[in-house]
Amino acid sequence: MNKHTVAVLVNNQFGVLNRVTSMFRRRQFNINSLIVSETESPRFSRMTVVFEGEETTKNQLIDQLYKLPDVHYIKEMCPEESITCELLLIKMKNEAETRSDIRAAADAFDAKTADYTKDAVVLQLTGNSRKVDSFIELMRDYTILEICRTGIIALERGSETILQDEE
Amino acid sequence: MKLSGADIIVRTLIEQGCKTVFGYPGGQILNVYDSLYKYKDELNHVLTAHEQGAAHAADGYARATGKVGVVIATSGPGATNLVTGIATAYLDSVPMVAITGNVPSSQIGTDSFQEIDITGITLPITKHNYFVGSVEELADTIRDAFRLAASGRPGPVLIDVPKDIQIAKCEYVPKEPVTPDPKAPAKDIRITQAAECINSAKRPFVYFGGGLIAGEATEEMVNLAELIDAPIGCSMMGISGVPTNHPRFLGMQGMHGHYACSTAMHNADCIIALGVRFNDRVTGNRAKFARGAKIVHIDIDGAELSKTIPVTHGLRGDVKQTLQKLNSLIEKSEKPLWQKKIEELKQKEEQGSDKREGLTPANALKTLNNHLRPNTPVATDVGQHQMWTAQYVKFENTRRFISSGGLGTMGFGIGAAIGAQMGSGEHTVLVTGDGSFGMCLQEMATAVSHKIPLVILILNNGVLGMVRQWQTLFFEKHYSNTVLDRKTNFVKLAEAFGAKGEAVFTVEELDKALANAFAENGPYLIDCAIDKDEFVLPMLPPGGSMDDIITKIGD
Repeated sequence: MNKHTVAVLVNNQFGVLNRVTSMFRRRQFNINSLIVSETESPRFSRMTVVFEGEETTKNQLIDQLYKLPDVHYIKEMCPEESITCELLLIKMKNEAETRSDIRAAADAFDAKTADYTKDAVVLQLTGNSRKVDSFIELMRDYTILEICRTGIIALERGSETILQDEE
Repeated sequence: MKLSGADIIVRTLIEQGCKTVFGYPGGQILNVYDSLYKYKDELNHVLTAHEQGAAHAADGYARATGKVGVVIATSGPGATNLVTGIATAYLDSVPMVAITGNVPSSQIGTDSFQEIDITGITLPITKHNYFVGSVEELADTIRDAFRLAASGRPGPVLIDVPKDIQIAKCEYVPKEPVTPDPKAPAKDIRITQAAECINSAKRPFVYFGGGLIAGEATEEMVNLAELIDAPIGCSMMGISGVPTNHPRFLGMQGMHGHYACSTAMHNADCIIALGVRFNDRVTGNRAKFARGAKIVHIDIDGAELSKTIPVTHGLRGDVKQTLQKLNSLIEKSEKPLWQKKIEELKQKEEQGSDKREGLTPANALKTLNNHLRPNTPVATDVGQHQMWTAQYVKFENTRRFISSGGLGTMGFGIGAAIGAQMGSGEHTVLVTGDGSFGMCLQEMATAVSHKIPLVILILNNGVLGMVRQWQTLFFEKHYSNTVLDRKTNFVKLAEAFGAKGEAVFTVEELDKALANAFAENGPYLIDCAIDKDEFVLPMLPPGGSMDDIITKIGD
């Protein structure tokens, strides 16, 4: 089973998220991450969905999504041709014995300090999923209090846009 | 001119060419019913006994006419009672618009009386649905629903209208009826590749389904079969798409398909599939299905191509236009060896056919055939009687076999038959079983009130025959909950509803009863006794292949 990243341009209306995710549920795809946000046009929202599945079932899913009247464009983001990025917020226990090690790791990953109190420090990191995974793995040696990550957003490299891919 | 939302709904339905709608009133759709009262000379509303019956009637109307069927219901239970009907239409690609009332916008989301999230509930069983947020968008929403229901691969659409939107007023300007989105043939390159494949075939088989009927491409399909000297078969949804007695037609394929048809398809080296979706009832074990064949698949819905089985050439496009282009690239050829094989299969089928005397299912339906006219719609419910009807009843014109294929909805028949009669204007037949008929028989009341000329033929075996058949074959004759020890007197039941009826026990009695029934200007019920251990044969066991075909019981 491969991981797929798909961008879906949909009508910016209530209920559309439900229609799209319902299609994933019906075909029993587990969604790894899903981001919905406004776009350059107030008409459209952009969903970026990461999910696992066989090639044929992925194609079937895309074909079925295209049949939804609220779906306008779908683009499969292949790793070589696209930039992907996600945001991590991680809350670490702030202790004298680990403070400098955590700081050093954060510096190495270019993570920023988003919040700092006597007992806890919140670090903020952006990058591809692998980088985020690695950083979390490093932090497991210390005391993680809470993690929140956004999941992937993706854009194609170069001047092409999802709008040009209309069939 | 300023109109209320309720008036706009009714005026827009009239504007869209709607003549008959089916439905049931209730609290949150009262305003629409007040408008229906006002416009009753222009729009005929058929009151059913249950919303499910109304949904099936709208479905039957659409299947018989090709027009969009319309059903109206109130909020809450009215809306949920439509669900089975909408799902039935969805699985069989029937164009339908369902309009439901809902509680006033200010009460939405508060679990108020008879409030239900019907757009949420019907999301997976509609092509699309709408929750109308303002009276200004109401007329265009209805127009868009009609366009969408009839465009591409047809299907049901639901519009949920809160009560305050029905009361609010706004300007209404009539518009022309919408036209479905234009259809296009498949890409030329694909057609060329498919033509090469077909031209090199030695044992081609033309196979069609409901999409051929929806796409009105019978003539083009027959032309193709003539050009390449191929036999023709169909899925259950394809029945009536070509006259039953067409010399190339082998009948239905699949789990209970005709022996010659299923075997020919199994032996083909090229299957040209038109408006079908290779359902599991058709393919059996997918891995073993037509292993030696290349498959050319034409469908308006691209998502059907290679959905269940991989196809060699998938052509997304209008079946009629695509076939016209394709046929121009086909070299005419004769295939005597293949035809010889087909003749052998037909003979083998004939030899193995049920030749028993007496009131067998086959003889009952052959008797029915003698009373049918070319345009008689024949509706069914679901089960053994449905398969026998698919196997034995002869059709001449398209849109005359009205049956729930995809969802397999017991209780579909009587509502659908009423709708098909109203759409076609023809004396209509419902073939049903005592189990299926028991599910929605309250629509007898509708048939009586509206003097529907309807022959109801119950093949009464006192059991849930199809389930019993599976229990016999696969569950060691454990007849769990399939023996209907009910004592229902169907003739008295018909009389209680204000209809006529009679019970028959011989072919001669059935013949006379059918003559009486067709002479009646209203519903007429025939309770036809058959044996409880009749089987639908042949049978491909679920998940089996042609190697596992059962042609006789007790071998």
